[in-house]
Amino acid sequence: MGVNRRDFLKITGLGTLVGVGGKAAADLVFKGQVEAQEARPNEGALVGKRWAMVVDTKKCIEKIHKDGCKDCSIACHTVHNVPDFGNPKDEIKWIWQDTFEHICPNQHHPFTSESLEGAPFLALCNHCDNPPCVRVCPTGATFQRDDGIVLMDFHRCIGCRFCMAGCPYGSRSFNWRDPRPFVQNAREDFPTRMRGVVEKCNFCAERLAEGKPPACVEACKVKALIFGDLEDPHSEVREVLHEHYSLRRKPELGTMPQIYYIV
Amino acid sequence: MYDGGKIVAGLVLFLALVTSPIWYNVVTGKAEYKPEPKIVTQEKECVAPKAWMTAMHMTLLNDWRDSVVREGNREYVAANGKAYNMSLQNTCMQCHPNKAEFCDRCHNYASVKPYCWDCHVEPKEKK
Repeated sequence: MGVNRRDFLKITGLGTLVGVGGKAAADLVFKGQVEAQEARPNEGALVGKRWAMVVDTKKCIEKIHKDGCKDCSIACHTVHNVPDFGNPKDEIKWIWQDTFEHICPNQHHPFTSESLEGAPFLALCNHCDNPPCVRVCPTGATFQRDDGIVLMDFHRCIGCRFCMAGCPYGSRSFNWRDPRPFVQNAREDFPTRMRGVVEKCNFCAERLAEGKPPACVEACKVKALIFGDLEDPHSEVREVLHEHYSLRRKPELGTMPQIYYIV
Repeated sequence: MYDGGKIVAGLVLFLALVTSPIWYNVVTGKAEYKPEPKIVTQEKECVAPKAWMTAMHMTLLNDWRDSVVREGNREYVAANGKAYNMSLQNTCMQCHPNKAEFCDRCHNYASVKPYCWDCHVEPKEKK
């Protein structure tokens, strides 16, 4: 006969005790030693539950009319090594300007205020709450983070451009050619992209991790760009949205864009 | 077998020719060329032991990528207790700015062509 039930339970019980107790004893003896490596968020990172941006178009339009300001685009495209191919067909854009009619096509009518008619509006990825690009991406290269940022894993992008078809805002650009030769003085702290990859605004996820606001927000001299956490009722974005009437781009599509325009 | 002698002799000759590099190495004693990546950093230790890094750095880089991009965890606490920023360009290449002598030496020898540098910007080599 082998072990009976009673002995079996004794042995297993003792074994468990030695195993668990041994681990605890070992932890006591070798205190403070990390047993294995671990990954954790940066200290001092900006953490939010629902990042969003508000564009104060009055300030923005005024500044653009005054001196043709492009500070935000330049800052963004510099820190992210965005190539400049020098022709609109190949253009890569993360944050750019277009007219009010183009940005908000259905909010425009023949009697729109003259201050808005043909006025320059900023456009960037809306970091939608219900992002169509994420739904259509066949490889999972585009995904939504818990804090709402719609991010791309460029390693995973196969360049199928479904996301570009899915995005109703034209926020995505495709690298038809190798972008590297067209990046002036590529920064060594951020990668470029390669040929055959889609790219777009990443809400400066890499800067938020360092505790810095997005580059465009930092670059704006008239404080027309306001970035913050919508879930925080005391955040600046919530305050300005509370005080002003705001538009979103193509809200009828149900994508729930998170870039708000104060008009 | 017709012309058996010629065929066998031919085979032997063929084998001798094909394996001649091996015999050459055995005879001259200059066997096994080892690529030696040049380490220029002043740092005392890497994020993991050297032998492990030699064998597993690609796994580590993949893990780092997934951790940073997907989970937003950008800090790596190594087994030695130190915390590192998980970044190829901002951490690895700070200690190993000599891509040609560090990365490429082994990669060329092993004939592997990792596509890291299609996107990641290599440090300008200081000469």
